[in-house]
Amino acid sequence: MVEFFTNTNLGIVLVILGQCLLVLVPLLVALAFLMYADRKVWAAVQMRKGPNMVGAFGLLQSFADFLKYIVKEIIVPAGADKFVFFLAPMIAFVLAVIAWAVIPFNDGWVLADINVAILYVFAISSLEVYGVIMGGWASNSKYPFLGSLRSAAQMISYEVSIGLIIVGVIISTGSLNFGDIVAAQDGNAGLFNWYWVAHFPMLFLFFISALAETNRPPFDLPEAESELVAGYQVEYSSTPFLLFMIGELMAVVLMCALTTLLFFGGWLSPVPFLPDGIFWMILKMSAVFFMFAMVKAITPRYRYDQLMRIGWKVFLPMSLAWVVLVSFLAKFEVLGGFWARWTMGG
Amino acid sequence: MTQMDYTRAVKYFLLQDFWQGFKLGMKYFFAPKATLNYPHEKGPLSPRFRGEHALRRYPNGEERCIACKLCEAVCPAQAITIDAEPRDDGSRRTTRYDIDMTKCIYCGFCQEACPVDAIVEGPNFEFSTETREELYYDKTKLLENGDRWEAEIARNLELDAPYR
Repeated sequence: MVEFFTNTNLGIVLVILGQCLLVLVPLLVALAFLMYADRKVWAAVQMRKGPNMVGAFGLLQSFADFLKYIVKEIIVPAGADKFVFFLAPMIAFVLAVIAWAVIPFNDGWVLADINVAILYVFAISSLEVYGVIMGGWASNSKYPFLGSLRSAAQMISYEVSIGLIIVGVIISTGSLNFGDIVAAQDGNAGLFNWYWVAHFPMLFLFFISALAETNRPPFDLPEAESELVAGYQVEYSSTPFLLFMIGELMAVVLMCALTTLLFFGGWLSPVPFLPDGIFWMILKMSAVFFMFAMVKAITPRYRYDQLMRIGWKVFLPMSLAWVVLVSFLAKFEVLGGFWARWTMGG
Repeated sequence: MTQMDYTRAVKYFLLQDFWQGFKLGMKYFFAPKATLNYPHEKGPLSPRFRGEHALRRYPNGEERCIACKLCEAVCPAQAITIDAEPRDDGSRRTTRYDIDMTKCIYCGFCQEACPVDAIVEGPNFEFSTETREELYYDKTKLLENGDRWEAEIARNLELDAPYR
């Protein structure tokens, strides 16, 4: 029986399929509760109770919403490019999902342990803009088109600084593999060994860039309700809209995972006497997601020129300077190789 | 070169406004919630609340409306239609009293105009329907409302009487 799964092609495919489901299903279920958590945090800051009717404490609200989206009517605007119109949400969803193939949840718990994992995630998240652009264009309507234009400019601008921030981390690690990046953050000092100390200012730059990259408030210009109604989503309804929404939230959770892996030591325990494990990974991701939700609740939307100014005139020079600085710190092994983890023999 | 505002620049890079906002956000995060669970909890209503209309009766069961048509005349939305003719006992009563609730703007002029407190706007605001037709109220419906809400309406009128 074991041989069937290790030696035959069909067996291997089945194993991989099983592994994919093992990641996807908990992820999608978690997504439902994260959406609920998002709304609850938002509500709490505004002194509301938030969803509290469906299930105990409203815990099943997301599933009720899911059902609602599924049974609604799909409306295709007249003059829309039907093929692209339906392709766009699928692209947004699929790209958000496949990035998870290389995200490890624990030591070795990863679908594809490839050596350029972070480059892969970066490439996939760059492609995500296509879903938005195609959706906005295929809708054959003004607001979606404006929204998708904004989104394209915004995502491309902030990818540059995200890329440079990641370069700093890679220089410190000497590897593009997430397992190595997390392993490099292991040490006797517990949480002070993680990269959030070594790359302190970049943590904030990364977080803010992640907000812009995933079109979260305060950078939700592509769907700015007050100006563009809902941006590229205006003409979408029912399941295509659901796919867009899941894709968007999935990208947010992916950014939470990235922040955790790059700056907070992934599944490493913050104190040396407690064991490492998936528990820490989930806890840290939830904490980062809480910050995402809080930012949504407390910040007003940026103006478009402000967004561009921050991206190109503040973040880009800062992250670029940081890459140069880290290169020097790593080359000359300052503080016993605090920025050159591969020299520490860890 | 213009003078740089260093304080402002430092605050900008330390994300000062964000931390202040975060602090404020957390303060309200734990504050008591103002939400009313609407269908289960309801807010207080003023005795002057202008909700669904009702035609009232005298305690002996006789309807109050004497078909003076003041409400019809005063209605700014022209939502009220009244026909009237003398009844067999000689008294003047309405044969038709319609209110188009889709036109009504709930200004309360009709109950202000009414000399006998016949047409009133009661405390009920939960009368949504699934069709428009159900919102074209006729005399039967309005009298039914009056019978149903008489206790509340009478109390509200009594409470408001000192201010009239």
